[in-house]
Amino acid sequence: MSSSFTDRLLGKVRLGGLLALAAPLLAVVFAGVVTSIILALTGNPPLETLRLLLDYGAQSRTMVNIINLATTYYISALAVAIGFRMNLFNIGVDGQYRLAALVAAAVGGALVLPAPLHVGVTILVAVAVGGLWASIAGLLKVTRGVSEVISTIMLNAIATGLGAWLLTTDRLAVAVSGSNNIGTKPIPPSGQFPGFALIPGTQAKVFGFVVVAALLGVAYYVLFNRTRFGFDMRATGRSESAAVASGVSVKKMVLITMILSGAAAGLVGMPQLLGASYSYSLDFPTGLGFTGIAIALLGRNTPVGIAIGALLWSYLDNSSDILDLEGIPKEIVIIMQGTIVLSVIIAYELVHRYRMAAEQRRVSRQLSAESPSPPGSGPNSGPNFGPDPASDSASEEGAKA
Amino acid sequence: MEEAAISTSTSSAGTAEPGTEPAVQLEGITKRFPGVVANRDIRLSVRRGHVHAIVGENGAGKSTLMKILYGMQRPDEGEIRVNGAPVHFRTPADAIAAGIGMVHQHFMLADNLTVLENIILGSEPRRFGAGIDFAEARRRIKEISDAYGLGVTPDALVEDLGVGARQRVEILKVLYRGARILILDEPTAVLVPQEVDELFDNLRGLVREGLTIIFISHKLDEVLSVADAITVIRRGTTVASVLPKDVTARRLAELMVGSELPSPETRESTVTSDVALSVHGLTVRGDAGRPIVDGVSFDIHKGEVLGIAGVEGNGQAELVEAIMGMRPAEGVITLGGRDISAWSTLRRREGGIGYIPEDRHRHGLLLDAPLWENRILGHQTRKPNVKGPWIDRAGARADTQRIVEAYDVRTPGIDVIAAALSGGNQQKLIVGREMSGDPVVLIASHPTRGVDVGAQAAIWDHLRSARAAGLAVLLISADLDELIGLSDSLKVILRGRMVADVDPADVTPERLGSAMTGAGGDRDTPAPEQLGPAVTGAGEEA
Ligand SMILES: Nc1ncnc2c1ncn2[C@@H]1O[C@H](COP(=O)(O)OP(=O)(O)OP(=O)(O)O)[C@@H](O)[C@H]1O
Ligand SMILES: [Mg+2]
Repeated sequence: MSSSFTDRLLGKVRLGGLLALAAPLLAVVFAGVVTSIILALTGNPPLETLRLLLDYGAQSRTMVNIINLATTYYISALAVAIGFRMNLFNIGVDGQYRLAALVAAAVGGALVLPAPLHVGVTILVAVAVGGLWASIAGLLKVTRGVSEVISTIMLNAIATGLGAWLLTTDRLAVAVSGSNNIGTKPIPPSGQFPGFALIPGTQAKVFGFVVVAALLGVAYYVLFNRTRFGFDMRATGRSESAAVASGVSVKKMVLITMILSGAAAGLVGMPQLLGASYSYSLDFPTGLGFTGIAIALLGRNTPVGIAIGALLWSYLDNSSDILDLEGIPKEIVIIMQGTIVLSVIIAYELVHRYRMAAEQRRVSRQLSAESPSPPGSGPNSGPNFGPDPASDSASEEGAKA
Repeated sequence: MEEAAISTSTSSAGTAEPGTEPAVQLEGITKRFPGVVANRDIRLSVRRGHVHAIVGENGAGKSTLMKILYGMQRPDEGEIRVNGAPVHFRTPADAIAAGIGMVHQHFMLADNLTVLENIILGSEPRRFGAGIDFAEARRRIKEISDAYGLGVTPDALVEDLGVGARQRVEILKVLYRGARILILDEPTAVLVPQEVDELFDNLRGLVREGLTIIFISHKLDEVLSVADAITVIRRGTTVASVLPKDVTARRLAELMVGSELPSPETRESTVTSDVALSVHGLTVRGDAGRPIVDGVSFDIHKGEVLGIAGVEGNGQAELVEAIMGMRPAEGVITLGGRDISAWSTLRRREGGIGYIPEDRHRHGLLLDAPLWENRILGHQTRKPNVKGPWIDRAGARADTQRIVEAYDVRTPGIDVIAAALSGGNQQKLIVGREMSGDPVVLIASHPTRGVDVGAQAAIWDHLRSARAAGLAVLLISADLDELIGLSDSLKVILRGRMVADVDPADVTPERLGSAMTGAGGDRDTPAPEQLGPAVTGAGEEA
């Protein structure tokens, strides 16, 4: 009908009530069926595999890992989602977070400060670097009209090169003792973000950063739905020309959104850096930015949806190891993740269409109950066929219904 | 032919000549949308070679009916017959194949393509079955454009065209595809009378060649003068089929809305001596540096309506956008004595300039957003929409409800999206919004475009009372009665320059019309001239 597929895809059109639940359920069922078929086809028992995954996921230790990885994914997806709200495709979250984490790690390792301040400064550095790096793409777009998709992809490559150049023993890196790895100087305890034991039955700690991630989700929601700034952003995303006429400076919005997205991206590496590795080394996780794109789509740009998507993704990632142990190819997990993204997109589209059809049926039922079709409204039998009061009042009732 | 026998027995006006079955016949068409019935048991019969007008108030269901005939929307019930044969269109492509073409109320052109590309889109001429034959397309476009005096330039970018020019491109597009039955949804809403006459002269030519035209309009005089038959739709259903010779505009209005024809008269002057908006030496340049608006100057006082008369495309749109700060311009603009030339659009709006844009879909609405969010648009820094940096949902919703009631916006509620409103109701919402928050100056481009006669009267009333309270209005309109009736002073714009001052108390639409086309005057050097009450352009004598 009036909304476009892209708008529905990016979650700009909302479903209400039970339907909001039906779509993700449908998606999960659909993804389950497809995965089972693939498992069966590749000669692995579907139910058995599923049980393996569930059992493994229910272990306390795995749960901690799931939450920790999901925290990272969540922030990454939020960073992507910020851009989506304005139809900006920030493909560069990947480069932004890697560069931000590297510089923040170097600064954090070099500083000597009391605990909360030390952590704060490190995080600020990461946010600033992420925002700055993204601002290049934003500036290119507003001044030169360069598509942010192209520029952020290029900037990812540049970030990789820049990172490799910085992470040498001549510059920011030191040798990691006991291996041939190199990394930044480890951040001292005053600069580490304490974790806490959340899950009973294991010593493993959940990243303290999970709290920051949750706050970030709340901030995201409030910013978009409750503030003037968020309104301007949504307006620009919906119609640039109307936004301009309403007094929004689109260039300013593009730049600010890009910087915000990059700033959030700067936080992506922080759970890992401040909660586990304390140093940016050659084996620092990569590719989190791309996972974020998939999860943002999966979560339909809403903070809760993204949280669920991040947990699911992380769960699958974590359980792939157990599949490997059992002789089932772990790539099956990647297939499942892909299937889920596709099923979510399809399921939501189906539910949207169902809703439109159902609404029309509802209206017609109400109408036929209220006003039986007036008799005698036959074909026009000639000129000067005057107004027909009976049918007029009946349709008025209908229109008010 | 059995088919013909049946259809003539049910068709109107008893035209039972053999072989002249109606070009279009709609039987019992019903279409429902969430919360509204757009069409209810519609019956309509259009004779081949007729100009058939469809009238009805805003939201009556005219556009919906035409979209059904054009295959854009599927009817819930009912039958469509074209040339006597039942048809089931699934998409507009099916309708086009059956020889039906439609020009929409809201333009459906791709902004970033050229006129030529837009026209051939979907029916590209092929050379040797492969590459697009642009030369052939350009030749045919030129041929059609010349034959019907449409004045379309194939290589202009649609983005740069005004509404009138876009309208002509849409019509050309339909003709290009060889339509035999033309649907025109409010084709004349932004055309001035001469253009309307020209258009209908051209359409007459088409009719003589056996084409059939169905057109929708709110301008009842125009309907009476050009239509061969008229069907009135009221609240979704056909209430009358009449012949123009049997009715008056007044009677038509009564059939449509049950009220009388309004008059835009405002005689008692409320003009004060305080200048609200002053424009001095305003020049807007086009891409090539050529001035589109050329050294325009005027003052609007508090309580004054300044009307700008002109054929669409003479710089009005650019003038308005320059005043709104949406387009770079040279010259000085002052608002209540303060120089606002360097202000952003937002600051100008906050300073008290209201803006009714000529293209409501491009500049006035967020089509996918609910009505209450549209209330905030353009007023996102002011009460009752915001509290500090926060959106005040409750305030905005309450005020939307107020607008819906005060301006009679026909809608199932304020949570429906703007795209679900009929064109006229969208317009009423915009007018209501821009009149809120006590604007000091209102820039109104075609404020009653597409609204029915009843709603037009209501909008005029609102404008009049705001004017009495000191509002200064810059009024641009293609409706010359509206322009003459509402304005305290009138200026004529031609090729970006103000070429004449006209006293609205002493001018007729006909004379104003010829002044607007610069008829007979020295076309290349239209020096600004003060024209006395006995208006106007040398066109009269010529
Ligand atoms: N896509 C849609 N979704 C929901 N309701 C719709 C939609 N399109 C039209 N309507 C409703 O159907 C009714 C008829 O609308 P339509 O656009 O046909 O009116 P119209 O006669 O063309 O009015 P106008 O003169 O204002 O253009 C209106 O109440 C409108 O709100
Ligand atoms: Mg309409």
